[in-house]
Amino acid sequence: MDPFKKHTGLVLPMDRAGVDTDQIIPAVFLKKIDRVGFGELLFHSWRYLPNGQPNPDFILNKPQYKGATVMVAGDNFGCGSSREHAPWALQQYGFRAIIAPSFADIFRNNCYQNGLLPVVLPDDAVQTLMSRALEIPNYRITVDLENTTVSDDHGFSVRFPVDAFAREKLLNGWDDIAMTLTKADAITKYERTHVPARGA
Amino acid sequence: MAPKTIFEKIWDSHLVHAESGKPALLYVDLHLVHEVTSAQAFDGLRLNNRKVRRTDLTLAVADHNVPTDDRSRRDVVLKDEVSKAQLDALDRNAKQFGLTYYDMYSENQGIVHVIGPELGRTQPGMVIVCGDSHTSTHGAFGSLAFGIGTSEVEHVLATQCLLQNKPKTMEVRVNGKLPAGVTAKDIVLAIIGKIGTGGGTGYAIEYTGEAIRGLSMEGRMTVCNMSIEAGARAGMVAPDQRTFDYLKGRRFAPQGEAWDAAVARWKQLPSDPGAQYDKVVEIDASTLVPHVTWGTNPGQVLPVTGKVPSPSDYKTAIERDSAERALAYMGLKPGTPIQDIKIDRVFIGSCTNSRIEDLRAAAAVAKGRKVASTVRAMVVPGSTHIKHQAEQEGLDRVFREAGFEWREAGCSMCLGMNPDTLSPGERSASTSNRNFEGRQGKGGRTHLVSPAMAAAAAIAGHFVDIRNWN
Repeated sequence: MDPFKKHTGLVLPMDRAGVDTDQIIPAVFLKKIDRVGFGELLFHSWRYLPNGQPNPDFILNKPQYKGATVMVAGDNFGCGSSREHAPWALQQYGFRAIIAPSFADIFRNNCYQNGLLPVVLPDDAVQTLMSRALEIPNYRITVDLENTTVSDDHGFSVRFPVDAFAREKLLNGWDDIAMTLTKADAITKYERTHVPARGA
Repeated sequence: MAPKTIFEKIWDSHLVHAESGKPALLYVDLHLVHEVTSAQAFDGLRLNNRKVRRTDLTLAVADHNVPTDDRSRRDVVLKDEVSKAQLDALDRNAKQFGLTYYDMYSENQGIVHVIGPELGRTQPGMVIVCGDSHTSTHGAFGSLAFGIGTSEVEHVLATQCLLQNKPKTMEVRVNGKLPAGVTAKDIVLAIIGKIGTGGGTGYAIEYTGEAIRGLSMEGRMTVCNMSIEAGARAGMVAPDQRTFDYLKGRRFAPQGEAWDAAVARWKQLPSDPGAQYDKVVEIDASTLVPHVTWGTNPGQVLPVTGKVPSPSDYKTAIERDSAERALAYMGLKPGTPIQDIKIDRVFIGSCTNSRIEDLRAAAAVAKGRKVASTVRAMVVPGSTHIKHQAEQEGLDRVFREAGFEWREAGCSMCLGMNPDTLSPGERSASTSNRNFEGRQGKGGRTHLVSPAMAAAAAIAGHFVDIRNWN
């Protein structure tokens, strides 16, 4: 996994709550057996018209947000299924961080696994970022995981909460499996002492 | 010792390693695998030259992509080449890594969350995971079961463990007795309506109370299944005699002395008197009525006696905005009585409501009647075993004679990865779990209901209050 330390980028305002994983990437596109090619399928139903052309009304297609790398969205972002294709699609489109008042649990875990940073900010801070992204041309913010801050060049700066271990993992790009395998002895011991009794 | 909840008992007994400030390393007793969220995980194993640590605790099945039309001929190749490639990949991976795999022709095939319990692989006190958010279903047996992503699937394959932060606990106490015509589906839709689609985020829910005790295992599975629609990764019901009776004699359930020992162990699982939850929610089952979703998330739900709401009914700008979008997508006008909404399609199936009891409930409504001429209705059993059982009971004849399609087992139109989909603008009454935009096919409009309500809607051509059905 690529580490995440600090990122500055253009902000896309996704001004709606409860963006579910079926919108982020519809199930019909989950048939691929590799990890690539999901970026062009991101938000497919909202992004493309029935004739396959980009929907000019959808925020992602507006020219001023081309190249956005940070998304600001409403609460319960990523609710629904466990598909890791959702963070893959967001990341492969170019997003590095998603900012929202709350995230669904499985989606948030899946983001951490891929170095896509989910940032939880209070409602009013999210609203401020949303308004600025809608009003200020080429509005960019900096997400700094080392200092756990989100800031812009217009005086906005807030700290965000992040699980200490998740932060360390992202900063270093550590791989969970390699870490767990260092506990192989504990796993073997557990299997000897606990698992047979369970009849599993 | 301080009293513990069932969640805490299972959590504590599965700790392989715990360090303050870090996620716990939890042992996994059963890892269920299906074709959609596993291929990239197996690739990861190959890339790093890793094996599956416990092939005996891993079970793979084909469910999401499989077509539900005739399977009597193995030489008929799947028309959807991409689906076929994904199913072939699971077949190859199962062989290479030495896993038990039920392909679409296996007598044990079915929806992953239906076959686990049906075969007795799902047992009380276990930690169960699967790359699927509806893994919460298995919590009905008093197990801790939750969905994981593909990276975590790879982690469990390689280590049989999972790194997890401990969730908080929520008791959802469902008091009183359910009135006639009101089902487990209505309980869980009412709970989601009350706490919202994010209300359970960060929690493991334990469902308690008289109405939950009164549910069959099928009903408990329906309730636990939709925990994730309230944001909770896990939903649980403490095991009792009904749980043991369901499991006894099933293919992978313990036998003989081992059975007695297992039951003695399982009886220790229920939450201790005085155990504390981080949050408690109560609802009264005796006042519940059949529910129907009107919007584009399962929290946008109403009693069947209700009317489609207006955005102005909501307090916050975000809720008003969500309601406006939902009304536009669903093609509904505020104030329309739910029972005036006409439907085009009916889907009876999915890991929420495709078990034998669900099919019996729907068949009881359909018996001797005809599906409305404007409706196409299908019944998709949750597993091949359920299909056979239903056929032995004559339910297939009831459905066919009424004009329902009787199909092979799979996830089917719950998420439309196979050819069973809604066309743009089509409206369905569905016994599945998600009414998200496009969930059952791009542009399709989904209303979630119980099996009896779905069958009644198929016959009437619009929603009806099943309590008045005769």
